[in-house]
Amino acid sequence: MTTRRRFLHSGLKLGIGGALAAALPGVSFAATPGAPRTPPFVVVILRGALDGLAAVPPYGDDGYAHARGAIAIARPGGPQGALDLNGFFGLHPALPLLHERYVARELVVVHAAASAYRERSHFDGQNVLENGGEHPSGSASGWLNRALGALPGHGADGLALGQNVPLILRGPVPVGSWAPTSMPEVEPELIERLRELYAGDATLASRLDEGTRIDALVSDDKSIGGDPMQKAGGGVERLKAIAEAAGRMIAAPTGPRLAVMDAGGWDTHAGEGGAEGQLAGRLHGLDQVLDALRRGLGAEWPRTAILVCTEFGRTVEVNGTRGTDHGTGAAAFVLGGAVQGGRVLADWPGLSPRERHEGRDLRPTTDLRAVAKALLRDHLKIPERALADVFPGASAVAATRDLVRA
Amino acid sequence: MTIDRATGAAIATSRFGFGARPGELVAVAGDPRGWLSEQIEGPYRVSAELDGLASGREALAQFLAGRAERNEARKAIERGTQGNPALPPPDPVRARLQPIYQAHAEARTRIAIGSAASFRERLVHFWSNHFAVSVDKGICLGTAGALEVEAIRPHVSGRFLDMLRAVETHPAMITYLDNQQSVGPHSELATRRARQLHAESDAKQQRIGLNENLAREILELHTLGVDGGYSQADVTTFAAVITGWSIGGEGGRQAAGVPGEFLFRAQIHEPGTKTVLGRRYGDGGEQQGLDVLRDLAAHPSTAKHLATKLARHFVADEPAPALVDALAHAYTRHDGHLPAVYSALINWDDAWQPAPRKFKAPQDFVYSAFRALEVAPRETKKLLAPFELLGQRHWNPGSPAGWPDRQQDWDGADALMKRIEWSVALADRIGNAHSALASSDAALGVLASGPTRTALTHASSGAQALALLLMSPEFQRR
Repeated sequence: MTTRRRFLHSGLKLGIGGALAAALPGVSFAATPGAPRTPPFVVVILRGALDGLAAVPPYGDDGYAHARGAIAIARPGGPQGALDLNGFFGLHPALPLLHERYVARELVVVHAAASAYRERSHFDGQNVLENGGEHPSGSASGWLNRALGALPGHGADGLALGQNVPLILRGPVPVGSWAPTSMPEVEPELIERLRELYAGDATLASRLDEGTRIDALVSDDKSIGGDPMQKAGGGVERLKAIAEAAGRMIAAPTGPRLAVMDAGGWDTHAGEGGAEGQLAGRLHGLDQVLDALRRGLGAEWPRTAILVCTEFGRTVEVNGTRGTDHGTGAAAFVLGGAVQGGRVLADWPGLSPRERHEGRDLRPTTDLRAVAKALLRDHLKIPERALADVFPGASAVAATRDLVRA
Repeated sequence: MTIDRATGAAIATSRFGFGARPGELVAVAGDPRGWLSEQIEGPYRVSAELDGLASGREALAQFLAGRAERNEARKAIERGTQGNPALPPPDPVRARLQPIYQAHAEARTRIAIGSAASFRERLVHFWSNHFAVSVDKGICLGTAGALEVEAIRPHVSGRFLDMLRAVETHPAMITYLDNQQSVGPHSELATRRARQLHAESDAKQQRIGLNENLAREILELHTLGVDGGYSQADVTTFAAVITGWSIGGEGGRQAAGVPGEFLFRAQIHEPGTKTVLGRRYGDGGEQQGLDVLRDLAAHPSTAKHLATKLARHFVADEPAPALVDALAHAYTRHDGHLPAVYSALINWDDAWQPAPRKFKAPQDFVYSAFRALEVAPRETKKLLAPFELLGQRHWNPGSPAGWPDRQQDWDGADALMKRIEWSVALADRIGNAHSALASSDAALGVLASGPTRTALTHASSGAQALALLLMSPEFQRR
């Protein structure tokens, strides 16, 4: 069985650059001499509310071990202890590869951070995280799509890892999406006939264009296609293969530069576990997937920034079923070769009941939009004035300083 | 709006049903609206496909048995009697539950493909998704199908409150949202434990107490809606109200009751009068939660929430406020009697506009293709493969919010490419055996556009023509 690899446009078999030039009038990438390419920027959304107090345990806070009881992560040094960051915070022991990035000064750990959302619905929380505004509804576009529209120079393409496009990347700028397939490739003639059939349907026509463009990119690198995916089997191995392939696509000379991937399963209401268990397994997978993305990006890694975030945090206290319920302040990661790392970015609010948000949650002291704005301004070089459209209502939120290397 | 009967038949079967099977348009054209309304009343009719499927109780029993085997295997590894440090596949829980899942998924698919009452069947799928569980949580692999058969199907033509109670007391929902071990802080068990543990250091003790997961999702997703007017305090109190809503079986302190059946465990129920949404509920044990459900079902926010979702599912991504109001009004006026709401929906003239306003989700696209071409594979794995390929496995939305229901949730570029790949593979299996033009007449009727008919005529092979039909805008939309 062959996989979907080739790209033919208007019946002519072209090299990839030619095919893209034909398919994309007005958009060019490496073709423009002198203009620097947009550096890679990837957002990873952890859906379900990652427990930041487990992923980044503040072991130096006296209240931590007490609040977390049996699922608290032990102090660094002992068996299954946290991987130390700065003498106060550690990383969960299932995140050794991420810790390597920290040591290599390629990771900033953000803590007690939140979007503008202060309620506790996953779905509204994700909407606010993705639409970049202050309210769950009322915006049909996401901030990453608006960022695409605000990029300087010749811009870049956007890509969603997965079949469909999450809200963060939806909007006026057409974007691609990609997930591996095991199906035989489709005859180019049928694609052409569909193109004609979609002449009166702007949405389907646009999707078909984007879909064939991504196919072209995949066809250029055999390592991205279906066979390695199938060999990888299921579970984390498969996700790693997808992440590595995604890294290669982004790094390709004509690849998309802004990408989003998401992963669910973080809603640990019961049996969350500590150094081992349910959440530890998820974190292990995340650790592996992020490293696979780094490997895939290869030579582009030094220019890359990745933002890993979640819709909100979880309760400070363990609940009655050895898990945690929906909270507020969360942890986030900024990593990549372009990041001025090896630091924890946190204005720590403390864990005692009176220091908490509404007596139960980690109080947010950092606005996630400050971090995102810094990445757009300093990494993607989006002009400050354009940021107001990307994050409406956040004009008073100052971008974090010195997040990326000068 | 006045539309002719042929148009009405095409809309009734496609927009309200799973798409026309050959011959169906002709049969429906006599009275398209009547065809819909006769599906929504009357007693529950069991389909033969549902015979012999595992019940929720059986699925739970298999889960518990598999978990015991898994624990046994782990212990064997720890004792060193087994060399391999990792648990050897297959996981015993999965091995026991996967066949149950497949049998339920196959039955539901075959009913969707073969049903002559596909509006009613779509309503089953709608409510099943409203009360979503997700099989990415291991236990649901066994229980998801049973939830639909036992708690949704019997109530689709009944009262919402009955469906709500059936779902929230079903072992599938109780275990999906972790309520079985949620313990009232002042319950008998918690009080006893507190006395026992008094002397121990509290850092390592296993805490028992509330879990607010089920309570929150009942309010946010199942009844009032996220803007329905409840507070965090309502969530916490309601969680206390439904402490004790659990399942029988399991070991240790859970050993009471019939394994896998709903069990009210009085010893973990939080005692006392409680106030939810400003209303006081007396100390009534299990009845306290049932009373709250009764009031939630009757709440105007619930009427509006359900009306919005139904209108969005059948008519338009952003339904007209007047339609939502009409459905909510029917709901309230008829005390949550669902057929009254469905009736308001099919009698809403604007729902019969010929121009399509909905993009089919993958499952509905696959059902309609199988129906139009009458080609469902006999083999279970092949029958279920397209749902995996197109990203909508049965009962696997990944969250209790269920599958999303707007075009932008499903129309990614890659998603479209995968629909094309699957359509081509399906069409290739049929080859020239069907006339695409005849299939178009039978499935889309007068809704097929001129350009689509021309494309079918000009296709270079019978198989290509069928693939074009399935991927045509009129077949992708409804």
